[in-house]
Amino acid sequence: MPVDIVMTGFTGGDLVRFLPEIVLTAMGTLLMVLDPLLGKRRPAAFGHLSLAALVAGIAGAALAYMHGGLAFGGMLRVDAFATFFRVLVMGVGILTVLPSYSFLKRQQAEAGEFHALLLFSIAGQSMMAAANDLIVIFIGLEISSIASYVLAGYLRDDRRSNEAALKYFLLGSFATAFFLYGVAVVYGCTGTVNLTTVRALLATSGSAGGTLMGAAAALMFVGLGFKVSAAPFQMWAPDVYQGAPTPVSAFLSAGPKAAAFAVFLRIFMTAFAPLGRAWEPLMWMAALASMTIGNFAALRQTNLKRMLAYSSIAHAGYVLVALRARSEAGVAATMFYLAVYAFMNIGAFAVVSHISGRGERRQSIDDLAGLGQTQPFTAAMLGIFLLSLIGVPPAAGFFGKFYIFKAALESHLVWLTVLGLLNSAVAAYYYLRLLVAMYFRDPADGTAAVEPLTPAFRVALILPAVGTLALGLVPSWVLDFASKSAALLK
Amino acid sequence: MTVTLLTVVLFLPLAGFLAALFLPRRSPDASRRFALAVSLVTFLASLGLLAWFDRGAGGEQLSTDVPWIASPNIHFAISVNGVSLWLVLLSTLLAPICVLISWRSIRTRAKEFYAFLLLLEFGLIGVFLAQDLFLFYVFWEVSLVPMYFLIGIWGHDRRIYAAVKFFLYTMAGSVLMLAAIVYLYIHAHTFSYAAILNQLSSGELRLGAEEQMLLFLGFFVAFAIKVPLFPLHTWLPDAHVEAPVAGSVMLASVMLKMGAYGILHFCLPLFPSAARQSAGWIATLAIVGIIYGALVAMVQPNMKKLVAYSSVSHLGFVVLGIFSFTQQGLDGAVYQMLNHGISTGALFVFVGLLYERRHSLEIADYGGVATAAPWLSTAFLVTTLASIGLPALNNFVGEFLVLQGAAAAHFKWAVWASLGVILSACYMLWLYQRVFYGVAGDEVRSRVSDLRPREWAAVIPLLIMMVWMGVYSQSFLPPVGKVTAQVLAQSDVNVPYRVETRPRAEVARAR
Repeated sequence: MPVDIVMTGFTGGDLVRFLPEIVLTAMGTLLMVLDPLLGKRRPAAFGHLSLAALVAGIAGAALAYMHGGLAFGGMLRVDAFATFFRVLVMGVGILTVLPSYSFLKRQQAEAGEFHALLLFSIAGQSMMAAANDLIVIFIGLEISSIASYVLAGYLRDDRRSNEAALKYFLLGSFATAFFLYGVAVVYGCTGTVNLTTVRALLATSGSAGGTLMGAAAALMFVGLGFKVSAAPFQMWAPDVYQGAPTPVSAFLSAGPKAAAFAVFLRIFMTAFAPLGRAWEPLMWMAALASMTIGNFAALRQTNLKRMLAYSSIAHAGYVLVALRARSEAGVAATMFYLAVYAFMNIGAFAVVSHISGRGERRQSIDDLAGLGQTQPFTAAMLGIFLLSLIGVPPAAGFFGKFYIFKAALESHLVWLTVLGLLNSAVAAYYYLRLLVAMYFRDPADGTAAVEPLTPAFRVALILPAVGTLALGLVPSWVLDFASKSAALLK
Repeated sequence: MTVTLLTVVLFLPLAGFLAALFLPRRSPDASRRFALAVSLVTFLASLGLLAWFDRGAGGEQLSTDVPWIASPNIHFAISVNGVSLWLVLLSTLLAPICVLISWRSIRTRAKEFYAFLLLLEFGLIGVFLAQDLFLFYVFWEVSLVPMYFLIGIWGHDRRIYAAVKFFLYTMAGSVLMLAAIVYLYIHAHTFSYAAILNQLSSGELRLGAEEQMLLFLGFFVAFAIKVPLFPLHTWLPDAHVEAPVAGSVMLASVMLKMGAYGILHFCLPLFPSAARQSAGWIATLAIVGIIYGALVAMVQPNMKKLVAYSSVSHLGFVVLGIFSFTQQGLDGAVYQMLNHGISTGALFVFVGLLYERRHSLEIADYGGVATAAPWLSTAFLVTTLASIGLPALNNFVGEFLVLQGAAAAHFKWAVWASLGVILSACYMLWLYQRVFYGVAGDEVRSRVSDLRPREWAAVIPLLIMMVWMGVYSQSFLPPVGKVTAQVLAQSDVNVPYRVETRPRAEVARAR
């Protein structure tokens, strides 16, 4: 079968639809050029520039949305779905940049490369969000991953950071290889890598490729399952999140995960939709395993970052429940949850980053002791994020869970819903431990040493907190858009 | 949103909570005065409800219904009926009392304490008013958080254990209720409680027998944990003993009623046949709770724990009354909810006042308080007598009605339950004797002083209510009776429609 899409140059429309990636890549490159010029003199400038790029990127995504459609001969598909995830990953970028000012200053780390890498990584994720072609997905995945491997090891004098980077790199490349292998099998079976065409072929030929296509789906599932840290491919997450610099952990838990879920949805809801029945049990088990392993392992953690890593595995499990629902409501729930999760989890990590201090020494739950008295504002912010992670209304986390389990019940997943909800009750315990430490204990030496908040950092906490509460009180803003794009995802 | 009196009553405490966050930390007195003012204004506003509420009409009144979230369709729908009216008034009455009794006992982080107290009041009122299942769940959870902090921050030695246990118990129960609510929504396409009831009674929405039982259990377990029904009560003694006085009062007087109100307001009308099927074992558990709670209360060396276990016993009467499925039983159950709120609330207040003076909750550390503080002792005596159900005081009316209802359902139930009445006299009078009579020790004589004006202000309303509710129950019962009659009718008439045991045509023919 011939390759049915031939590239014959591109039009202005293509460029507009590719605008966010262009903006981000251009700024990333500019930052690398500026690095030797500005260097140590004006480290904050890099932060400003990357914030500007991200805001411009979001504007670009909006512009691209207004001129939506296919681009580059069907390799990109700019629709509401793509725009949602583009804005989401760039929003994650903004939320990551804000707390990184003081982090970089405190660790005396180079600012230029950090922001450049961050922008490249986000560009890759943004590309994944809009990709309609397995090769483009793969390229986006690699751009995003390679930049994040480096980010994980950004503190190169720190042994744990090195360990995190190495582990992330080795296991990550292994997983990407699985994904690529899956792509190869798809191409071998269908002669195309375009998702729309694959779907059409699968739908018309009934059991096109049969076992082989099933194997391809399974291989891609492994690759993506790794990226979203779903069980049984979650092993890397605790070590990497713990070792990586805290703003990077925050970023990893939200950005690449959201992009990988976008791809998950694109591939499994469009290309492999005709094979739906086959991957349902797989998804069911992965969802339950992720929730259970994540939550029960988190119960015993004393390191904050490690605990949040396990919690992020559990949250990936909740999202998988929504994917398993295999319905428009499920897609919308996934999108909403990822947006909510970005706010509350980055917020929580930002607080951890603040209290961990120079050299990231204070990372234990005990270091939170009495924070409610020494720094009531910081504690209140973390309190909001934690209550949202537990799923207490009116915080957004509750609505996220609600939409997920509603979608699951609509698809008659009664057991998965009950087990998932019980899981979230278990999860309450370890989040409560942080609240207990902050509010019910007296200040410890470590807590007293936490430096006061800078005004910039205050903003970095208020923004996600406002997001967390706003998405809870008026979820329609985001949910309507998500539902609309879910309907288009066909 | 149109501003109605009901929304004012609901949102005043929330506004108070938000404003309290911005009060200066340095001056705890400002927080105290502010909280007292807000809770008093809320109470006065809620008295206004009495004037607007049509006692003759029955049903849901003064409703406000505003769309909140478009998809799924969630409304901010609140209204008040003859039962929730009293529960709201109970909450608004106790809030200023809680502020008053915490005046001296809460010294650290007073600002946060009063802020949480107001947030708690908001959540509790919301639970009783919500007419949208989703909104109900939101308030249910909202009320959990401030109580968690009240216990955890200002509680006694084992406060952390108690707070976490309280939170997890409630959470574990309520997630299943959430599943049941969502399940109902998927089948009824609405969260509106009235609309779901309509669909059920018209036969538009029908639930299979097994389905109904599972949904019933989803709701019931959440409520039973809150009530608490034996054997789900184990969080209660811990929470009560460790909580600060105001926390214990709110917990016992209002929060436990959330569960009982939930059973009455949601479980019975929504799942009538499942409720009737389960009546036997639930009533049995309630009776076990009555007797067990009383027996355990009798051997407690700790005053607060004693009162806590007496709550288990008293709330058993409430559940028994509800599941007797008789008019008297239901009336009595509601009345008993209010009585327990007043008299057990008062008991906790007194225990708190004693603790404030003597810094001990151990009964053995007291004795002879009557000589040291005669007025305190007299007030405590009235409360004790009310609590054990002396005629002309409030509990008598409730217990009598419950027993009457239970007897009409199953005579045996009434026989066993009345054991609880006798036992309550034993443990309460024995408590009174050990604490107030005898020779006052040095500690008691030097430290236990009589009631101060501020404390009088907190205690007098409760004493008045005990007498009023005992002597003239007609002021309170008629609106209650209207609601309970309706609940009974709903749980009766619609049974054939709501269970798909027989085909619909056959049901119609049978009529």
